[in-house]
Amino acid sequence: MKLVTMAHGGGGTRMQELLSQTVFPLLGGSATDAEDAAVLDLEAGRVAFTTDSFVVRPLFFPGGDIGKLAVCGTVNDLAMRGAKPLYLSLGLIIEEGLPFETLEQALTSVAEWAGRAGVRVVAGDTKVVERGKADGLFINTAGVGVVPEGRDVSITGARKGDALIINGYIGDHGVAVMTEREGFRFESGVVSDCAPLNVLTEAMFAAGKVGAMRDATRGGLGAVLKEMAAASGAAIEIEEGSLPIRDGVRAVCELLGFDPLYIANEGKLVASVPSGDENAVLEAMRSVEEGRDSVTIGRVIDGKPGEVVMVTKLGSRRLIRMPSGEQLPRIC
Amino acid sequence: MKYVDEFRSPGVVKALAEKTKRLSGGHASYMEVCGTHTMAISRSGLRELLAPEVELISGPGCPVCVTSDRDIDRAIAIASLPDVTMTTFGDMMKVPGSEGSLADAQARGADVRVVYSPLDSLQVAGETDRRVVFLGVGFETTAPTVAATILQAAAQNVDNFYVLSLHKLVPPALRALASQDDFRIDGFLLPGHVSAIIGSDVYNFLPEEYGIPCAIAGFEPADIMEAVYLLAVMEKPEVRTEYARAVRPGGNPKALLVMRRVFEPVDVEWRGLFTIPGSGLALRPELSSMDAGKWEVELPEPKPRAACRCGDILLGRIKPFDCPLFAGACTPDEPVGPCMVSSEGTCASYYLYSGEAD
Amino acid sequence: MCLAVPAEVIEVLEGELAMVDVGGAKTKVSLSLVDGVGVGDYVLVHAGFAIETIDEEEARKTIELIEELERLEGTR
Repeated sequence: MKLVTMAHGGGGTRMQELLSQTVFPLLGGSATDAEDAAVLDLEAGRVAFTTDSFVVRPLFFPGGDIGKLAVCGTVNDLAMRGAKPLYLSLGLIIEEGLPFETLEQALTSVAEWAGRAGVRVVAGDTKVVERGKADGLFINTAGVGVVPEGRDVSITGARKGDALIINGYIGDHGVAVMTEREGFRFESGVVSDCAPLNVLTEAMFAAGKVGAMRDATRGGLGAVLKEMAAASGAAIEIEEGSLPIRDGVRAVCELLGFDPLYIANEGKLVASVPSGDENAVLEAMRSVEEGRDSVTIGRVIDGKPGEVVMVTKLGSRRLIRMPSGEQLPRIC
Repeated sequence: MKYVDEFRSPGVVKALAEKTKRLSGGHASYMEVCGTHTMAISRSGLRELLAPEVELISGPGCPVCVTSDRDIDRAIAIASLPDVTMTTFGDMMKVPGSEGSLADAQARGADVRVVYSPLDSLQVAGETDRRVVFLGVGFETTAPTVAATILQAAAQNVDNFYVLSLHKLVPPALRALASQDDFRIDGFLLPGHVSAIIGSDVYNFLPEEYGIPCAIAGFEPADIMEAVYLLAVMEKPEVRTEYARAVRPGGNPKALLVMRRVFEPVDVEWRGLFTIPGSGLALRPELSSMDAGKWEVELPEPKPRAACRCGDILLGRIKPFDCPLFAGACTPDEPVGPCMVSSEGTCASYYLYSGEAD
Repeated sequence: MCLAVPAEVIEVLEGELAMVDVGGAKTKVSLSLVDGVGVGDYVLVHAGFAIETIDEEEARKTIELIEELERLEGTR
């Protein structure tokens, strides 16, 4: 089995081999005319720019892998600001001893999902670190997109009366990754929801106004609602009964003592939409694959700025807080 | 989910709450002694439905909460040994000892791993040459699972698997509570899963010797509400079992046997309370080769915790917001006492699910 | 330590183990703490073990009882 070695990151012929035989064939571009920087022609307008790093363990999980995550995560950050994502950079930090086959699988994923999301990887970097200094592979990205005139989507944009809409089931990604880790051997059939959301967001902008939007990654839906309420100086109320949660996710949460509200997602967004546009936006979302299961889960109400309350199925009110860190499986 | 969903019906829960309030004679306070009950009650907002006539108080039901500083220090000292892999339930990772938690020790380089089952720890032992220690925490619900794992390790001649037992027993703690002079409670809501193991008969001393009504409750909202209702309608003090689908009068004899083959009762300190006789479990002498509690390790100076009011909170004397540290110096991110550390600790539940902190 | 979940036994395996279904998730548990468990039975799962069997008759009685109370209360 061919493994990545320190020499592959050394800047010499081994590294050129890695680039010309593995990286460029999969991602496009060529070793001979690789430049130090990509010079891009962007249409006039505001440029959206984001960066992200991916350190997921395990590298491959039901529904995706680190490569797919890297593309979708970056594309989605841009899409959440109303941008049309265009270009990505890809920085690889490879742990000495990583099988080439693993690297190739991850890069194939990057290529596939970049294609599907309509973005191009135009810049990159490769480093190799000693055994033990990276979990197999770390990926860093930066993403560039353009925000059309007239679009103003910000985490501060939630307003009283807005409907809060989510595009589908919560907790899938976190559970899919968790159950792949050794020691939590549950067959749940749950698959990561990792997906690019830019087609979905374009459909939403075409249908109505979106005031605030964020994708719910680490910290889950709960964290996003708290962030949105705090940034917008708004109060939010959601209905427990309206939250879409798959049986498999619910079951694993019951077993491990997790709250689905705080579990990571990789293909979910929460949007604050003026009530007049709620129906049109929902319909548009449901016409797109990533929005098929879109639903209104609550509203921005009159209340204490930054407060998020959940009305339980029993009719009582439960205060939602920012999660304090990683949820750990518990038996208590 | 079968045997879960049926017990979450909003109509049932609200109806039971209304009936209970009417029967309470103006005011009644019941103590629950299971951290999972505390969490379930808070998450479903059951306190709100019963207030103000009926009050639910949290007692010392969180096995993580009642682990002493010293015991945590011992766990950290063992985890920090160079050839040791410490395996633990997630609940214990952030519990503070005198010098930080297992999570802090992990950050300093200790090999600490979270597992879901003691069997996972045994599997880790089979895959390494390192000494693998399982941190055994929990009441009678968990102790048999750890005991069964120890027996399996012995049967399979696994020579690098050890257990640090910090297990505790519920009935001795209840007796210690009921014997307190200032202990005034209208009834106990007893832990359903501990009772699945130990049965309902063992609690008879509470109504018989102390006149305290008891109801053994399951964990869904309807279970808890039904058990509270049973306490409210009780004419003379007795032990009633709401959770009959899982609790028999004699409990689970097989599990009890396994537990007794491996563990024997010892006197242990309950954090925030005092030493309760016969309330802890230690590995029996014939299993001492697997007992990490027998290892000689260097422990730090114990840390005095004068301002921490966990003890009074655990005894139901004060509420979390009566503690001067609550939601200020003591938060889930920076916990002082175990009541805030454990995700099911009294203060953590209040902080996360109630509005009082605001 | 009280987080235990009802699960249906879907397969009994060698070595005192069973495959159970927790309403959407399957996992392997040890049966070494319970007796006479077969496919279709319900058990309480805690920390990778079945710690007790669920008495379906008692479950039915409890469900009926609480539903009856709800009816009498008349707030349905």
